[in-house]
Amino acid sequence: MAAVAHEAHGHHDSHDHHDHHHESFVSKYIFSQDHKMIGKQFLMTAVFMGVVAMLLSILFRIQLAWPGESSDFVSFFLGENWAPGGVMKEDMYLGLVTIHGTIMVFFLLTGGLSGTFSNILIPLQIGARDMASGFLNMLSYWFFLISSVLMLLSLFVESGPAMAGWTIYPPLSALPQAVSGSGLGMTLWLFSMTVFIASSLIGSLNYIVTVLNLRTKGMSMTRLPLTIWAFFITAIIGVLSFPVLLSAALLLMMDRLAGTSFYLSDIIVGGEMLTQHGGSPLLYQHLFWFLGHPEVYIVLIPALGLSSEIIATNSRKPIFGYRAMIGSILAIAFLSFIVWAHHMFVTGMNPFLGSVFVFTTLLIAIPSAVKVFNYITTLWRGSIVYTPAMLFAIGLVSTFITGGVTGIILADAALDITIHDTYFVVAHFHVVMGLSAVFGMFGGVYHWFPKMFGRMMNTRLGYAHFWITIVGAYGVFFPMHFVGLAGAPRRYYDYSVYGDFDIESYNLMLDLNVIITVFAIIAALGQLLFLFNFFYSILRGPIAPANPWKGTTLEWTTPVERIHGNWPGELPTVHRWPYDYSKPGFDVDFIPQDVPLAEGEEEH
Amino acid sequence: MVTKLVILAVIVLGVIAVAQLMRVYELSSKLRNKEEGEISNRDNRFNANMMLIFMVVLFGGFIWLMLKYGWTGRGDAASVHGREIDWLLNLNFIIIVAVFFITNALLFLFAFKYVKKPGVKAFYFPHNNKLEMIWTVVPACVLAVIIILGLKSWNQVTDEAVPESIRVELFSKQFDWTARYSGADNILGKFDYKLTTDNNELAILTTATLDSAIYQMEFGAMGINALESKLNDSKLMMIPEEREKMMTDLGRKEMLVRLLYQMKGRHDAKLDAQAWDDIIQKDTLYLCKGKEYEFNFRSKDVIHSAYFPNFRAQMNTVPGMTTRFKFTPDTSTEEYRKYKKNPKFNYVLMCNKICGGAHYKMKMIVVVLEKKDYMKWMESKKMETFKDKYFATVAPAADITPEGVVDGDTTQVAIPAN
Repeated sequence: MAAVAHEAHGHHDSHDHHDHHHESFVSKYIFSQDHKMIGKQFLMTAVFMGVVAMLLSILFRIQLAWPGESSDFVSFFLGENWAPGGVMKEDMYLGLVTIHGTIMVFFLLTGGLSGTFSNILIPLQIGARDMASGFLNMLSYWFFLISSVLMLLSLFVESGPAMAGWTIYPPLSALPQAVSGSGLGMTLWLFSMTVFIASSLIGSLNYIVTVLNLRTKGMSMTRLPLTIWAFFITAIIGVLSFPVLLSAALLLMMDRLAGTSFYLSDIIVGGEMLTQHGGSPLLYQHLFWFLGHPEVYIVLIPALGLSSEIIATNSRKPIFGYRAMIGSILAIAFLSFIVWAHHMFVTGMNPFLGSVFVFTTLLIAIPSAVKVFNYITTLWRGSIVYTPAMLFAIGLVSTFITGGVTGIILADAALDITIHDTYFVVAHFHVVMGLSAVFGMFGGVYHWFPKMFGRMMNTRLGYAHFWITIVGAYGVFFPMHFVGLAGAPRRYYDYSVYGDFDIESYNLMLDLNVIITVFAIIAALGQLLFLFNFFYSILRGPIAPANPWKGTTLEWTTPVERIHGNWPGELPTVHRWPYDYSKPGFDVDFIPQDVPLAEGEEEH
Repeated sequence: MVTKLVILAVIVLGVIAVAQLMRVYELSSKLRNKEEGEISNRDNRFNANMMLIFMVVLFGGFIWLMLKYGWTGRGDAASVHGREIDWLLNLNFIIIVAVFFITNALLFLFAFKYVKKPGVKAFYFPHNNKLEMIWTVVPACVLAVIIILGLKSWNQVTDEAVPESIRVELFSKQFDWTARYSGADNILGKFDYKLTTDNNELAILTTATLDSAIYQMEFGAMGINALESKLNDSKLMMIPEEREKMMTDLGRKEMLVRLLYQMKGRHDAKLDAQAWDDIIQKDTLYLCKGKEYEFNFRSKDVIHSAYFPNFRAQMNTVPGMTTRFKFTPDTSTEEYRKYKKNPKFNYVLMCNKICGGAHYKMKMIVVVLEKKDYMKWMESKKMETFKDKYFATVAPAADITPEGVVDGDTTQVAIPAN
């Protein structure tokens, strides 16, 4: 009913636009309420933030590989103040690590990934004219931009950006006496994240409402493409968990500004005996990880959704086990809420609680395994077409496996004792969520670029980009596991301390750190190919056909011109599931969703 | 110099990339009769072959890293539970490395084999309940084994320490560690952070330290009296911020001193003995081979993490609470040096939770001694208990004794030297 009602209303709307209303530059490109434009705004902002975060990582990688050596590159970006003589200060190292993590997790992989693709794909793939609320959608982007600007601003504060790690554990983050970045830098971090959470919530609510109410005629929940399922579940996770981070941040702000003691107790810092008593730093960790763990899946699930679509399309086969894929997304989403304390096995939390979380955490491996095997079976006896998007989707499955299996070690509390907070953890989460999500995002950009900009990206540059990226990525993170197994703690400015007691380990770490940094630089340079290809193709790429990859989903039935309201005439009606590739008895190897069932044809 | 070369290389690469792109663009324009988005068979084959090559490189790289760096940095565990953890870690590693090889091999081999071939249609295979059942149940069974073994070890490691285990406190602050041995009675003295003074850094609670803390708070160089007189001195010129700061400080100290008086009211002097025999030890932590230790961890300022990589032990130190971890070192430093073939090797306690700028320097050397050497060392510490050290730094003229101030009026007598 709802879908039908919207159809009439939406149709009317689009007529209004075309007949009486010419969009100005401002309403079309800046304060746009069109979901496609907002998606592109998210993408552009996220690409910029991603480049910044990558640059930060190269800076601290230089320090790790060549500790104490002067570098023009470092001094160019950090200046005399933060890198006297081209060697970065200890505090700045921590600042770079913190902001790198924050931007990557929240701004690139949450705002950028979900924001971009939920916006662009939800209305297009469910057959809606736009989001449920175009205005809220616009607000969501503008909040995102404000929070991005605040976060970048914090890099230029005199006392430095936040320096307590991206998890900003108090008391370190609460006490400016403990580290210089916990002054104005941390205040800006908290304000930025508060605005970011508002953006994310507004966006997520909009996505949920849109998916539930604005599906076109015939688009039942079990005919939704897996991308939409992924975005839908992601939005629900976001709505349930982000407010908890807001409360954590709010209490931290109170501790910092109002002298409360939510997280502080019995502290003497910088020679001052504080009066706060009775708070618990563990409370913060519980609140933070109650978001923090679902956040991993907020980052990962959209990437898995995108790759499901890309792999099915380019294998010319239905995704194997469509319902199992939905089921595993639901299972992962549910479990993601009851595993948070596996980040806290050695924080002094009750060990019995720890054993409960071991159990729930390891359960996640089951739906994850189902997803991996389903992807692999989708490839089996397919007819694989190697678009750049397909390469990235396969890369994602590989990193999801490689990063996933090390999670089994970390989830095991007894084993976590020895590798907690070492580089093994850093390697694990970079592979499983960083690389997988980034690969999913790249795949998405290559695959839907024709829908976004009406032009094609260059395929050969895409190939070069993929192969450099995956070699660079594994080159960075494989050796990192071994640095961690050797026991190297994370967030160390350098490992000179090992010189005092174990020179052998010191040499091993230094060797591996050089390898890692070299690969990181190669991978970073590889991204220039993407940036060039991306911007060049927006302006000069060949004009795209309406359905370049021969996809079945509804977005490929829209015209190339990307009109407001998406479809010029009536909304399409859906007659089948989205994965009718290479169906026996048909000449063509794909049947779009809006094609009625043939005489005697059975739905899958 | 190096950076300049790198920058130069970047520019050159960029130019090459642009030129290449132009060429590709022109070529593809010539072949415009082909539909956009169509991937040529040559490109498909190229990528399929690359998948195979990449798989070989990936596996080769992994094996090379494993052989070259696999266990060299880690070394054998030097504690009883550490050996068990390592056994479990190896078992888990075998499982996950097998999964890593099998699934990645399937992925890349299928990606290689099933590349599009002219005239071959993909196999329509939407689902198969039996297959899906298999790869739900098999991982579940493997995980059951992992969970059961993991929890068994976890419960043992985190179980209560045996009563005869030696109690040692590790006190952390930016950026060093201090150990406190429980002394002859094997009981650690009580503490409260408000008792921190220059000669009682660990804030140990005894009647004397309590009195001294109150005295310092009231009459010390920056005590309440001094602050009040400064604030009331009309001749003293102060910038407003400084005055503000001083007033906050005064408010804080008044509150703290009230709490100290309350503590004094509740204090039981009989407990003093537990504290006086404690032994405070900086720089190096000495442990006895084969003895179980229960470590109590404390933090003065922010969260740190006590990380003993060789003993496979780790626990965060959290301000406002005491955390615990127990282990039994079973290899002496000498033995481990022989095994490592490195006469300069030492065990270590490091900080493994970001705690500020010098986080990476925060460490304490750990030495595990054979029993007789350990007893000898303990003997040498007999005359350096907390009591001895504390009163060595108090001016002999003061009437302060282990039992507190003799006449009980703190405000007039006890005058620690610093």
